[in-house]
Amino acid sequence: MMMNHSLKSRCKVAPGTVITGKWHSNKYTVIKELGYGANGIVYLAKFKNSQVALKMSDNGMSITSEVNVLRSFAKVQGSTLGPSLLDVDDWKSSRGQISFYTMEYIQGPDLMTFIQNKGRSWTTVLFLQLLNDLNKLHENGWVFGDLKPENLIVTGPTPKIRCIDVGGTTIQGRAIKEFTEFYDRGYWGLGTRKADPAYDLFAVAMIMINTAYPKRFNKTTGGISQLREAIRRQKDLQTLEKVILKALQGHYTNALQMRTELMSLAMSSQKPSSVNQSMASNSTSTIQPQKVNQTGSQPKTRQNYRKKKKKSRWAETVIITMSLTLLYFLYIFQKLL
Amino acid sequence: MYTGKIRQILLITDGCSNQGEDPIAMAALAKEQGISVNVIGVMEQDVIDEKGMTEIEGIAMSGGGVSQIVYAQALSQTVQMVTRKAMTQTIQGVVNRELQQILGRSQTIEDLPPEKRGEVMEVVDELGETVELEVLILVDTSASMKHKLPTVKEALLDLSLSLNARTGDNQFAVFVFPGKKNDVEKILDWTPKLQSLTSIFSQLTTGGITPTGPAIRTALSSFNSKRSLRSLMTGDDESFLEESM
Repeated sequence: MMMNHSLKSRCKVAPGTVITGKWHSNKYTVIKELGYGANGIVYLAKFKNSQVALKMSDNGMSITSEVNVLRSFAKVQGSTLGPSLLDVDDWKSSRGQISFYTMEYIQGPDLMTFIQNKGRSWTTVLFLQLLNDLNKLHENGWVFGDLKPENLIVTGPTPKIRCIDVGGTTIQGRAIKEFTEFYDRGYWGLGTRKADPAYDLFAVAMIMINTAYPKRFNKTTGGISQLREAIRRQKDLQTLEKVILKALQGHYTNALQMRTELMSLAMSSQKPSSVNQSMASNSTSTIQPQKVNQTGSQPKTRQNYRKKKKKSRWAETVIITMSLTLLYFLYIFQKLL
Repeated sequence: MYTGKIRQILLITDGCSNQGEDPIAMAALAKEQGISVNVIGVMEQDVIDEKGMTEIEGIAMSGGGVSQIVYAQALSQTVQMVTRKAMTQTIQGVVNRELQQILGRSQTIEDLPPEKRGEVMEVVDELGETVELEVLILVDTSASMKHKLPTVKEALLDLSLSLNARTGDNQFAVFVFPGKKNDVEKILDWTPKLQSLTSIFSQLTTGGITPTGPAIRTALSSFNSKRSLRSLMTGDDESFLEESM
């Protein structure tokens, strides 16, 4: 692209380059490139013995726009989702004036790498954190927009999810500024591109799906049917199916609702492993049959899929009721003896 | 401050023009009328030759717009991004001119201290959300584009999804070149909804020549006839505002 070519060459600087601000005269020494996106290049830089992330762009307005977002992030009490803004300035390079800003350097692996290394048990915890932060952002009238795993970093030592690219953050009610197709509800034909909290929650649900499909997948039929099938094909997703489907269909109006339901799912699926040794093995059976049932009735074609779903729901209800009754009797017996 | 509308031509092509006027000159003509010309070059397995590339960049450059070469799969994302970028670019141009009037000749947004720039950007964002937008889409239907047309259709529906999320009004028109009888054929007249494209697009036939220049010229006259019709209905004040762009 015409604009991108010039952008890449102008903002490309070698490690060791000293960048001096025109207005605030702070000096930054470039250490290495951290990454680049549509709107510029991010470098790791040294400033007075500390490390900062420095973002440069040929397009001064996109820098200004992002700085505006970061400033309003700072006003959101208690939210640590985005990086904190440190400095905004222009650099008079030999290739002309380039706008840049510096922010806190958020260090860590991205979401996918983290989950691959540490295991899936972390997934829910991180999503609960993310939903909490999103809720704060939404309450302040913003929508994150371009939520995707590449933009999510897990920092340590206590794992905490953070966002590194705020370029898509949009005021609620406006058109989403930036998005990535796979995480965009418009692309899947499941809603508009108007910024509302449900837009972000859709993206969160797609990231959940993404954790089971690291390579993502393409739209075929689109719509909820394709996504539902994708969820049912993966065992890891089946436990979260209820929450994911609700988020995909825009049934949550705020992040807290989704968080609460995800939390209760997490609690119910963790119970068996913790209770397992101490209590009767019966308690596990309350959950196990569900899983088996769903994998068993995995749909091959979409025609008979609806019927099967209805049937399996009935079966689920019956099994749950039966096992609950069984448990209750066991409990009564224990009391009696 | 700025109550006019933004007018763009979006040209979707896969190669070089081979008939009629020089498209780069026609793009310059569009720019003179306050209409920016954006070009998207679509590739599939084939690669656009250097001559085609130069022409694509040349049209966007002289038309005051944005150009991008993409693979067909990435078309949807690109079409909406290019349109949005070009829109912001136009608004920034207008804001810059206003600033120059207030602050003196050489002042632009970039000359303001970063703190003040933020406030200007908020105005630009606000305008981008609310301004009225007219996009005339010009689709190359020469033989080599045949199997890319379904993707083009998808991308255009996606574009209307993006733009209709704005608060401001949108108007779209779609022209194809070469047409059945003439160089250029109007397949969709000015409308706020692009959905009706679906049925029209499947019936499109593709032809041999690529008259890009004449296509841009016809597109321009479509803007003009639309404007004169409007000004007849609403009085002349609107067209005055457009010209100040």
